[in-house]
Amino acid sequence: MIPPAFEYARPASVDEAVRTLADAGEDAKVLAGGQSLLPLLRLRLAFPELVVDVGRIPSLRGVCEDGDSLVVGAMTTHHDVIADPLVRRHAGLLAAATATVADPAVRHRGTLGGSLAHADPGGDLPAVALALGAELVAVGPQGQRTIPAREFFVDYLQTALRPDELLVEVRLPKTDESAGWGFHYEKFSRVAQAWPMVGVAALVRRDNGHIAEARIGLSNMGSTPLRASATEEALAGAAADGVARAAQSAAEGTRPSADASASPEYRAHLARVLTRRAVLAAAGMG
Amino acid sequence: MSEQLTEREVGRSRPRKEDARLVTGQTNWTDNISVNGLLHLAILRSPMAHARIDRVDVAPALERPGVIAAFTGRDLSEGTASLPCAWPVTEDIVLPDHPAVAVDEVRYAGDPVAVVVARDRYAAADALEAIEVDYEPLPPVLDLEAALTDGAPLVHADKGTNRCFVWPLATGENYETVKQRADVVLHRRYLQQRLIPNAMEPRAVVVTPLPASGEYTVYSATQVPHVLRVMLSMVTGVPEQKLRVIAPDVGGGFGSKLQVYGEEVIALDVARRLGRPVKWTETRSEGYLATHHGRGQIQDIEIAATREGKLLGLKVDLLADMGAYLMLVTPGIPILGAFMYPAIYKMDAYDFTCTGVFTTRTPTDAYRGAGRPEATYAIERIMDELAVEVGLDPVELRRRNWIGHEEFPYTSISGLTYDSGNYEAATDKALALFGYDELRAEQVKRNESGDSVRLGIGVSTYTEMCGLAPSRVLRDLRYAAGGWEAASIRMLPTGKVEVVTGTSPHGQGHETCWSQIAADALGVPFEDVEVVHGDTKAAPQGMDTYGSRSLVVGGAAVHHAAQKVVAKARKVAAHLLEANEHDLEFTQGVFSVKGSPEARRTIQEVAFETFSSHDLPDGMEPTINAEHLVDPENFSYPHGTHLCAVEVDTETGRTSIRSYVCVDDVGRVINPVIVEGQVHGGLAQGIAQALYEEAVYDDEGNLVSGTMADYLVPSAPDLPEFTTGRTETPATSNPLGVKGVGEAGTIASTPAVVNAIVDALRPLGVQDIAMPCSPGRVWEALQSAQSRESGKEAQSS
Amino acid sequence: MTRISVKVDGTTYEDEVEPRLLLIHYLRDRLGLTGTPIGCDTSNCGACTVDLDGETVKSCSVLAVQTDGSEVTTVQGLATNGEWHPLQTAFHERHALQCGYCTPGMIMAARGLLRENPHPSADAVRHALEGNLCRCTGYQNIVRAVLAASEASASSPASASSTASGQEVTT
Repeated sequence: MIPPAFEYARPASVDEAVRTLADAGEDAKVLAGGQSLLPLLRLRLAFPELVVDVGRIPSLRGVCEDGDSLVVGAMTTHHDVIADPLVRRHAGLLAAATATVADPAVRHRGTLGGSLAHADPGGDLPAVALALGAELVAVGPQGQRTIPAREFFVDYLQTALRPDELLVEVRLPKTDESAGWGFHYEKFSRVAQAWPMVGVAALVRRDNGHIAEARIGLSNMGSTPLRASATEEALAGAAADGVARAAQSAAEGTRPSADASASPEYRAHLARVLTRRAVLAAAGMG
Repeated sequence: MSEQLTEREVGRSRPRKEDARLVTGQTNWTDNISVNGLLHLAILRSPMAHARIDRVDVAPALERPGVIAAFTGRDLSEGTASLPCAWPVTEDIVLPDHPAVAVDEVRYAGDPVAVVVARDRYAAADALEAIEVDYEPLPPVLDLEAALTDGAPLVHADKGTNRCFVWPLATGENYETVKQRADVVLHRRYLQQRLIPNAMEPRAVVVTPLPASGEYTVYSATQVPHVLRVMLSMVTGVPEQKLRVIAPDVGGGFGSKLQVYGEEVIALDVARRLGRPVKWTETRSEGYLATHHGRGQIQDIEIAATREGKLLGLKVDLLADMGAYLMLVTPGIPILGAFMYPAIYKMDAYDFTCTGVFTTRTPTDAYRGAGRPEATYAIERIMDELAVEVGLDPVELRRRNWIGHEEFPYTSISGLTYDSGNYEAATDKALALFGYDELRAEQVKRNESGDSVRLGIGVSTYTEMCGLAPSRVLRDLRYAAGGWEAASIRMLPTGKVEVVTGTSPHGQGHETCWSQIAADALGVPFEDVEVVHGDTKAAPQGMDTYGSRSLVVGGAAVHHAAQKVVAKARKVAAHLLEANEHDLEFTQGVFSVKGSPEARRTIQEVAFETFSSHDLPDGMEPTINAEHLVDPENFSYPHGTHLCAVEVDTETGRTSIRSYVCVDDVGRVINPVIVEGQVHGGLAQGIAQALYEEAVYDDEGNLVSGTMADYLVPSAPDLPEFTTGRTETPATSNPLGVKGVGEAGTIASTPAVVNAIVDALRPLGVQDIAMPCSPGRVWEALQSAQSRESGKEAQSS
Repeated sequence: MTRISVKVDGTTYEDEVEPRLLLIHYLRDRLGLTGTPIGCDTSNCGACTVDLDGETVKSCSVLAVQTDGSEVTTVQGLATNGEWHPLQTAFHERHALQCGYCTPGMIMAARGLLRENPHPSADAVRHALEGNLCRCTGYQNIVRAVLAASEASASSPASASSTASGQEVTT
């Protein structure tokens, strides 16, 4: 319940934050919304020497458009993401999935950037970022770089971010419903506030009653969020009757773990069932 | 003239007196208590299930800022005795030594190893990390059956066995003889998973010493301040008269605070050593290791019946996980269950054996229902299996076997005398509320159409023994204490009333209900009654709150004490009215002379007269205050019928409760909304056992479900809306006619839910699913049923 | 140590705090505002829910330093001029609490819901409270109370006389 002692810095700008991180080296932790970091500290599972609170950097918060992309500031809270009209219009999958994260109080503090940088494969949003083809923009001492979501998630709780880099924004290609996109996040958890045993983020572009393109992100099916690539390929051009067959390959290439709630086999089975349901719902074929 | 009572209080849905402080945050939880110079304790706990302690060095902790003292188990073993077990169920029970802090060996993950005392809780937590301990791992003991085999590693090597006790009960005819007559004999094994009680308030204790006089005040988040006082005195040697125990606002217990915990002993001992006030508050994850668990049994149950479904006999072999040590009533929990396996059914033979087994896990003890939910689960599950075997509807099978309402009082095969009940009435009402026939029809339709979401219907008819307990019965069961309860009533000079009770509420609403009882009996306004409890100085006598006993025993004591007050007041009133006391009527707080209603005195006026004592009858003590202790003549026996409809998604294994109906008969009701609330909460916990909760250990004996993120306490969306109803057959063993309601919902609901799930999946070949019936377990049960079916097909083709 | 200035239940406090000090411990141990309790160490139970700048948060998952310059409302700051908040009244009248340990968090969470959605369905109430655990009530009367408070603020302040399920409660 009681965190270990640490130093605290509250930079006012991204530059200051990056400088602070660079000076501190490996022993610094970025505090975003704190909804994952604080529990880790309280259970004494993390011992940072310095906590860098980026909660007072105004430029990190908010949503805007940039051509065909939607830009979500890393420190935009889940609550604000859900309510944001631009997110709803251009990245409905993100809004829908974010609404299932934890509970309202946690969503008031937790942030999109924080959830992605935490990189828990059992989180809801990493798989969503993967399905949406998000690009993650990081700033470090050498300047800014853009990391595609498929390269961002490296391993369990590990990202491509370097210790001196700060995730500043998340860029999402627009997936408007008016352009034929449909979406659904199918979360399967044992109790309402639990993390998903398996989650399936489905994004589908429809064309004349067929599925033109499908992108499926899987939560908790390995040490990183994963795409159900085989199913995505099988869905290209499929009609409603082809969805079930395509979903049969949803667990291909995954490496789900075992825990008290589920065996790997059961997780794989769930991935197939939930993928079918998510795709049908996303495509309006359910 | 004072206001008099005009409406009967008992039976009214009074909003609670307790609420004002609770909804505004003006609470007095133990952790809220702060006094000058308060020091904070933190406890280092074993990270292993079983190990020899080669070395503990607390010196480095003393170097940390803000640290005042640090102690090893050896330091503290001087001057404190073993933690108590008050229920050695057999003469030859194995009773291991249980130091509050381990000395040579740790026996479960979480066993205390050292204690630090610091100026604040942050410094105390930091200092724990400086303590050095060398452990020599020993083999964990986790499997109950393996633990009993020759050569198994031992939890307590000096005892030479992991078998704690064997407790048999054989009643009626010889079971094996009866079994010869049976057409059908079914044997099943059911598993009662370990549960973590999860009272919302973590445990906490504050001890303030007065070194000059050797006095100590112990504030503890406990259900049992009176029991705690006696036991703390015995364990620490602090004279009982120098100990005051206070249970301030206590945030739930469910049995987990019916205990004498090591931390309570440690806090008192450290306060004594340092002469300074100390506080210890557990964190939730710490509590998952340190606060006792519930359930943890393997039940082998065999039932013998005729082809027509008439029960002949029942045999139960129980293995009960004691955990590493015997705590206050650890061994007695499965024994409480022993009497409940025959439930509401008539039969000719009953054969029960319970074997207590030590393991290297957190000790078990009372958790809501305490033995009775386990028993009810096993009998109600196997009754459903028997119904299938003999081709009867499960409700019809129960009808053929239960005790008819005209047969009460009825002595059950296990020897309990059920004083009253009406199983037919409760069941009929439940079936009607539930729409049983319609749901059965829908089920048939859905099964025929091969719907991937199956409908299942589960029934559970239960009774339980409440109102613990007749002291002579407790003697026969080798329980160390009695089962009485005390109440005293003080009539204050201004006509207000203090009701002093020995019960110790922690959410049940005693302040409200005892006020209602006293208001009726004394004819005073509800608002004029104050209930005093939970402080051994203010309420010196009591046996506290557990086992649905408070109203049945403690409420009855309030009623009797009030009758005594009225009897004394009658003498005074008669004297003042210059009338014979037999000519006085007493209604709604007013004594009046029969036939001349203008000659009257209110009970408040009498109270004031007693205060002045200017004109009392000759020889009368100047008080109308009274005390009464009740030792119950029998247990009370609530009963009821619970019905649950579930939908099971056979693709994912997920169960959703579609409707839940219960009709409980808890006798007369003091406050209907409080009764309804108790039922709701009980249902939630029983359903949680069926669907969600389990204390999971890995092969090394580590608690895997070690935080609230891993142990699944259901929240609002995880539970259905309940439909509750009541029938009312008064208990005959107490003047209020009440039976107790604290545990009914928990006892009845678990089998109702699991019966419903199995009912949904039986057409697909599923016969049982171990609790909690998680989606994964349901899916696996379906998978193995499918492979069994296809195996059969392959054989037959 | 870091200096912070926080307004809590209408009073502004300036304090030097350790960066690691949790908001809940700041409220309870430093300010003596013990009306908000602690129920867990993983932010699952919600007992410590308070309002931070108009949004519900779990005060065990916020550092005191993060609240510098902010305004915090706890259950102890809800009543105005001795008048209970409609949710406090409704929890009392609907028997939505037993031991009462979860109640401050429940009331604060429900208040957050009603601010965003003044007329929620029973289902919406249940989902809005998914981060608040109660071990006593089975939640049914909590849902009733929140719905009653919603109705009460919709009509006149003192009109909550029947529940969603039509169950009569004598008051």
